[in-house]
Amino acid sequence: MCLAVPAKVIELHGDSAIVELDGIKKETSTVLLDEVAVGDYVLLHVGFALERIDPIEAAKTLKLFDELKELDKTL
Amino acid sequence: MKYVDEFRDGDSARVLAQLIKREVNPDRDYRLMEFCGGHTHAIFRFGIVDLMPDNIRFIHGPGCPVCVLPAGRIEAAIKLAEEHDVILCTYADLMRVPAGKKDSLLKAKARGADIRMIYSATDALGIAQANRDKQVLFFAIGFETTTPPTAAILKIAKAMELSNFSVFCNHVLTPPAMAHILDAGDAKIDAILGPSHVSTIIGSNAYAACSEAYGIPIVIAGFEPLDVIQSTLMLVRQINAGTAAIENQYTRAVSKSGNKKAQAMMAEVFEMRPLFEWRGLGSLPESALQIRPEYADFDAEQRFSMPTIDTAEIKGCICPAVLRGMNNPDECKLFGTACTPEDPKGACMVSSEGACAAYYSYGRYRNSEAIT
Repeated sequence: MCLAVPAKVIELHGDSAIVELDGIKKETSTVLLDEVAVGDYVLLHVGFALERIDPIEAAKTLKLFDELKELDKTL
Repeated sequence: MKYVDEFRDGDSARVLAQLIKREVNPDRDYRLMEFCGGHTHAIFRFGIVDLMPDNIRFIHGPGCPVCVLPAGRIEAAIKLAEEHDVILCTYADLMRVPAGKKDSLLKAKARGADIRMIYSATDALGIAQANRDKQVLFFAIGFETTTPPTAAILKIAKAMELSNFSVFCNHVLTPPAMAHILDAGDAKIDAILGPSHVSTIIGSNAYAACSEAYGIPIVIAGFEPLDVIQSTLMLVRQINAGTAAIENQYTRAVSKSGNKKAQAMMAEVFEMRPLFEWRGLGSLPESALQIRPEYADFDAEQRFSMPTIDTAEIKGCICPAVLRGMNNPDECKLFGTACTPEDPKGACMVSSEGACAAYYSYGRYRNSEAIT
């Protein structure tokens, strides 16, 4: 029920957007978001974008994983 | 898929798991409750449980909306659909959940009731617009993740003066359920893997009172396998250090204060329900939402007389104990024999988020130890 999937915004039309998810295009409401731009990734849930995914925070988490892997090689 | 594949990388998972193995104290157990069914499924589907040392124990929580909905609410909806000739719309998760007397929404649909499965809450509005001669009722369920979309369609319905549309509200709240589980103390828990998408809406600060009152570490965790493993490591470190703080692993989607716009929309449409019956947890005060008087015209409980139906649990089904974290699904006599995803007897076997469905789909041949 609480599952939400990351989808890329490819078009904006007022309070709705067309998002793309692994090649599938879907209309979604953006009424819950303060701001959203084409190219953003949003969490899609029951036809609504719940939140934007913060690319900087995502990159930080992934960088930490990469650092741990590098560290592991040296041990 | 971006933001999915990277968080499923096997090498990173192995390295994180290695760190956990290195850091756990072999002389103690680490009893971690994953609140959400989404986490339960990640743990089993991706084999996380096999990567963990034996003294990391995952206790499954009640975070599965269809699992905690009392069967009586479904029976009331079925009665309404059959006796009032309404169009009843709901999410797919709810269709096969057993109501009393071996009934379900799907069986009522087969008998001829007009019950429709919808993908988005807005679909219910579309059905109401296309069927102005009929009452259209949206059977709304879910935690805070699913509540803002319901609030959004109620606002639209009011603006459109859509007089043939109403919502049967069954939205429930996460922090009171968490507090109840900790307060009851049935499941001995050292730390909590906190909700992912609920937290995108309510923010990580929403659990502060819980964490402080019960001195329990909480890490808000994403649903992908690396999110779950990293969060487990964060909890192990907190337990080892003897701290009880709220940490946020899912920073790419969750902030401290959450989605304020969604919160404002929820506050405009919903108010606190004084008491709500949860399956497994019993009647909990201020643990659910009801529709505000300003929106009474769109409240199915105001528009129709909705009977309160008490339904007995199916004999042998231990869903309530599973929901409280007291038993593992495979401790149930019905598990995998009388109760399977094809022919579920309890709600935890129906939903793709239910602990029983997770065990059946990904772990039924594994010998798990009893919780206690």
